[in-house]
Amino acid sequence: MSAYWLEIIVLLGGLVLLLAEAFLAPKQKHHLASSAIFILVFTLLCLFFAKPFSVGNEEMTRFYAWDSSAKFFKGFTLIATILTLLLALDYRRILSKFTANPDSEDGTGEYYCLFLFACAGMMWMASAKDLVSLFVALELTTITSYILVGFMRRNVGSLEAGVKFLILGALSTGFLVYGISWIYGATGTTDLALIGEKINADNSTYLLFGLSLILISLAFKVGAVPMHLWVPDVYQGAPTPTTAFLSIASKASGFVIALRVIEPFITDPLIGSKVIFILAVLAGATILLGNLAAIPQKNFKRLLAYSSIANAGFILLPIAAWDTGNDLSSTQVVAFYLAIYLITTFAAFFILAVIHRQSGSDDITAFEGLGKRHPALASMTAVIIAALAGLPLTAGFWGKFLAFKMAVTAGLWIPVILGFVGVAAGFYYYFQIIRAMYWRSSLNESPLQVRPLSFWVIVTLSALTLILGIWPQPVYWLIGG
Amino acid sequence: MSILLILIPILAAIAILSGGKARSIATGAAALNLIIGLGSVFSFDHSVWNFSWQVLSQPSIHLALGFYDGMSMIMVALSALVLFAAVMSGKCPEGHEKLWYSSILFIGAGGLGAFLSTDLFFFYAFHELALIPTFLMIGMLGSGERKEAAWKITIYLALGSIILLAGLIWLVAASGSETWLFEDLLASTIADSGAQKGIALLLIIGFGVLISLFPFHSWAAPAYASAPAPVAMLHAGVLKKFGLYGLIRLYPMVAEGMQAWLSLLIVLLLCNILWVGFVTLNQKRLDMMLGNSSVMHMGYIFLAFAALIEAGSFEANPLAKPAAVLLMFAHGISIALLFMLTDTIRRKTGTVELAELGGLAKAAPRLAFLFGLGAMASIGLPGLANFSGEVLVFLSGFHAYDGGGLGCVQVATILALWGVVISAVYMLRAYRQTFHGPAVKHTDSSHVQDFGPFCQIPAALLAIALLVVGLFPNSLLNLLKASTAPAPCEQAAE
Repeated sequence: MSAYWLEIIVLLGGLVLLLAEAFLAPKQKHHLASSAIFILVFTLLCLFFAKPFSVGNEEMTRFYAWDSSAKFFKGFTLIATILTLLLALDYRRILSKFTANPDSEDGTGEYYCLFLFACAGMMWMASAKDLVSLFVALELTTITSYILVGFMRRNVGSLEAGVKFLILGALSTGFLVYGISWIYGATGTTDLALIGEKINADNSTYLLFGLSLILISLAFKVGAVPMHLWVPDVYQGAPTPTTAFLSIASKASGFVIALRVIEPFITDPLIGSKVIFILAVLAGATILLGNLAAIPQKNFKRLLAYSSIANAGFILLPIAAWDTGNDLSSTQVVAFYLAIYLITTFAAFFILAVIHRQSGSDDITAFEGLGKRHPALASMTAVIIAALAGLPLTAGFWGKFLAFKMAVTAGLWIPVILGFVGVAAGFYYYFQIIRAMYWRSSLNESPLQVRPLSFWVIVTLSALTLILGIWPQPVYWLIGG
Repeated sequence: MSILLILIPILAAIAILSGGKARSIATGAAALNLIIGLGSVFSFDHSVWNFSWQVLSQPSIHLALGFYDGMSMIMVALSALVLFAAVMSGKCPEGHEKLWYSSILFIGAGGLGAFLSTDLFFFYAFHELALIPTFLMIGMLGSGERKEAAWKITIYLALGSIILLAGLIWLVAASGSETWLFEDLLASTIADSGAQKGIALLLIIGFGVLISLFPFHSWAAPAYASAPAPVAMLHAGVLKKFGLYGLIRLYPMVAEGMQAWLSLLIVLLLCNILWVGFVTLNQKRLDMMLGNSSVMHMGYIFLAFAALIEAGSFEANPLAKPAAVLLMFAHGISIALLFMLTDTIRRKTGTVELAELGGLAKAAPRLAFLFGLGAMASIGLPGLANFSGEVLVFLSGFHAYDGGGLGCVQVATILALWGVVISAVYMLRAYRQTFHGPAVKHTDSSHVQDFGPFCQIPAALLAIALLVVGLFPNSLLNLLKASTAPAPCEQAAE
């Protein structure tokens, strides 16, 4: 089976489910989510049997890459979407409260289907190696995300988030197209493999300008400075599954295309050092801003938004330190970081959803007394928080360790120093959660109810966090290390 | 095999968290650990304790455990002893048994793991295991300004260890070693002198924060004072030695780079001894005084380290390393004993303000005797372990002295000698204030009962360790000697 069938399966699945939605009874809409999960699991299995297509298929080979990184990120997107849908299943009560008909699940059906389209776009992004196909894939994902963010249309926060996301997203798309046109104008091609050969002293200025525009647009996608302003508001307003999806899958696909777009420029002897400089500045600024702005947050969802900005900065470090050292390539380190980020951040969002379901609030104060109300959940939360803060012996440490290792080897001292400040600040704001859970006591001492689906997902993710914390080798097998 | 020493406390902590009988499980695990720990240290064949498992191929990192040399044996013995005493001592507040005992075990496991690791990565990683338990214990069950103290220790330790991490990454990258194992690292050299200097500075600051080197020491005393006794014992007694252990272990790799910072280090360590010494003199509370004295005594160990730097290698000054290690052990035991007894005083009288205490010796003679022993050890009275350590430190300072002009290490040694006087003043004054003089209302025999037999076991154990090492320091020094030979097991068998 040729590789591009994977995207086709997901797309067709999405279309079929959208049709089926029209015929389902209002109470039955959640079956769409289960079916969507089924389709994605099937695609995930197919991923292991996918083959590169025949060399004769020239047009396809020009647009579509099939390498270990494409394979890894397709799997990553699929797993992230599956987890998002699992989260959405437990979140549907809150979702239906703010959609067409609050008492039934009427109007929630499309929500599950849209994730499939976004997923297909991201899978394509993992393989895009031409600026045009990259743009089309990106837009498929972005337009779907606009709907997913503003889906709770009876909720002002969600609507506000949707509008903000739409306006800034459109702006960033503008930057992207403009940047692509400069690059096309300077080199006469949109094929990333050919652009690298056409860089010379005459067109390097135009190319750098074009690349900077593209980087600004990608910064929007991954939530890095200078396009980070939307992140806290959109994350807070959007339905939690959408937030998780944006924060993990969307960020990862942003980094995949960033890696592909940056590679021909950063490896070029003429402009490589300038690109490294731009990336190092972006990384340093993002780390500093994300971590420092997270300190005063009182809302856990907003805290996670700033932490997501901070993580974007940490991931930019190995990109700026392009392929130095003899251990791993930048792509592998980014993949490694994101794989661990997926585990810990999804766990955090599942915990957040559990708390929200009980207390109706996303505030850190909602965690108070958790140590008494549900000791098992509290200790798993402590593990996840430790991993997010990057404490050794949890998986979270390895991502930061490898990123820092690469940056130190490359001698990027200023971003590294800012990174250390960031990590230290991280201890402070992440530990706020631990403090709330154990130091504070809550007025409500009744035991907390956790739905079995969420509970077991959290157990699995925390166990993975601990196991990979001691033994990270399995992630290497996945990224082809 | 040595993984047992780490697994026992961790599994015991998990058992406690999942609902086992907290106190008996914790005591059992700590006792078992003590037996295995001391048994393994004084056993003949150390190679059976080695354990290695590659957890990551690029960069090559192993979960490698075992006794790298005599220094790790001594530190493991110290950790096992203090862990046992910490579990046995202190009084857990009602309803917090799970948190109390599991935290102690996690902190202890972290210390044991760090000293047992023969891979640089896990040496670093295990130390961090203590961070969250410490934060919870001080923040929830501490006394006084516990919240500020909990945040302060957490942020300081996190910042210190992240600076340290930068130094370690740079160290490994510059050495060109293929793995993070100590044996491979120490076999390689760092040719670039600029890198050596940079790494040395990062190591001094990073480890320095963890050891409470001046001016990064302000977290230590308040944290120890507000922490529950077992946490203070483990932190001041065991975890603080992590930094010194790391400096001595990695020293051969950056011997040249350290030279550049020798004068800076001497100034800082003198500040530790004299500045903090004077601060200690002015303390009004017993726990703050002990916390500050523990910061102060780190200066002596740094003095041995400075002598080592001046000499340039372990061989050039054969006294420096034994001096540092012996004093690390002695200080760990004595400060743990003192913190434990201070907590006992707090529980029996309800206060540790020196002005409100007095005459306790009448009501609690055994307590007074043991506290006196700990205080004397801390001052450095001959016959107790600290004396052997301190004498060796001062001798190592003058090891290279040829009768000519005084070098900076010698001048520092002479100044540091005055530290002994300072510590004698504050220790004796505190002892007099607490135990002698007329008894006040809450210290007379109608209110206070002496030490129960159950509390005596851990205190007596620590006191015996102080005496044995003090009277027969070779019991530990032989371990160090054996380890300089390539095959420690054969040497020991002879």
